[in-house]
Amino acid sequence: MFKIFEPNKIFFITSKAPKYVMMLFAIVFTIGLLEALIFSPEDYKQSHSVRIMYVHVPAAWISLGIFSTITFLSLSGYIFKNKNFFLIAKSLAPSGFVFNIVALVTGSIWGKPTWGTWWAWDARITSMLILALFYLMYLIAWRIFENKENILKITTIITILGIINVPIIKYSVDWWNTLHQPASINVLSKSSIHSSMLFPLLIMTAAFALFSLLIFLMKYNTELIKIKNKGLDRL
Amino acid sequence: MINEFLYMNGYGLYVWSAFSFTLLSFTTLYVITKIQFVKETKKFMSKFGTLDSKKADVAKSQAINKEILSGKQSI
Repeated sequence: MFKIFEPNKIFFITSKAPKYVMMLFAIVFTIGLLEALIFSPEDYKQSHSVRIMYVHVPAAWISLGIFSTITFLSLSGYIFKNKNFFLIAKSLAPSGFVFNIVALVTGSIWGKPTWGTWWAWDARITSMLILALFYLMYLIAWRIFENKENILKITTIITILGIINVPIIKYSVDWWNTLHQPASINVLSKSSIHSSMLFPLLIMTAAFALFSLLIFLMKYNTELIKIKNKGLDRL
Repeated sequence: MINEFLYMNGYGLYVWSAFSFTLLSFTTLYVITKIQFVKETKKFMSKFGTLDSKKADVAKSQAINKEILSGKQSI
C-alpha cells in the first residue's frame, strides 16, 4: 500500500532536494527579513517591538504543526505497521523543538517591553513550555531507547499525551484570562491584523516552513544512511 | 539614519536580540544536522569500501535495509 514510501525511492529524491530547498529558503528568508525589519510599519501601540512578531508567531505555528504531524505519523505507523512513518516523525522532531524554543525565547523578549516582565505563568506561555517538554521527552526517548524493541510504542505514547496539549495552547487565550493576546489571525473569520503586517508574517512563515523542510530532509537522509550502515553490519 | 534603524525608538535591543537568537538557533541546528549527516556518510563509505564484491552486490540490492524497516525489531 505504501510502496511509494520505500526508503530507496525516497532517498533518490531527498538526497537531491536539500540544495534546492536551501536556495529557496535563502531567497524567501531574505525577502522576509527585509519586510519584517524595514518595510513593514511600526505598531501604533507597540512601536517597533511589534517586529518580534515576525519570528515569534511563525515559530509557534510551525512547532505546533510539526508536533501534530509527528503524532499523526506515529499513529499511522502503528496502524499501517510502517516503520518509515516513524522515521519521518523522528526526522521532523529536532526542527519542531528548535521552533518551540525560538517561540518561547522571542516571546519572553517581546514580553519585557510589552508586559514589563520576561516571564509569566500564563496559560498560553505555560502550555507552550509543556509542549517543549514533550518534544524533549520524545527526542530523549529516541536517544535512550533507540535499540530497544518498545521504542515505537514509547514515542507514540509521548506524542498522544502531548497532542492533548495542542488544543489547550490554541484555545488557552479564549478559555482563561491571559496576559497573552488573543489570536489576530483567523482562517474562518476576518483577521484583525492589517495586510501591511500580515504579508511579512506570511513570508516569514513560508521561510520557516522551508527551513524545517530543509532540516527534515537532511535528518531523514541521515536516518536512511544509518539503516544502510546497520544493513552492512549484518552482512 | 542607520542609528535610528538600529535604535528603533528604544526597542532595538529587544528586536535585534530576538532576531539574533532565531538566526543563531537556525545556524546551530543546521550545523549539527550537517555534522551528523557527514559522519554517517563517512561511516557508510568506509564500511562499503571494505566489502568484497559478493557482499557489495547484496548491499546494493538493499534487501537487508527493507528487512530492517519491515521487521519487528527496532529501527
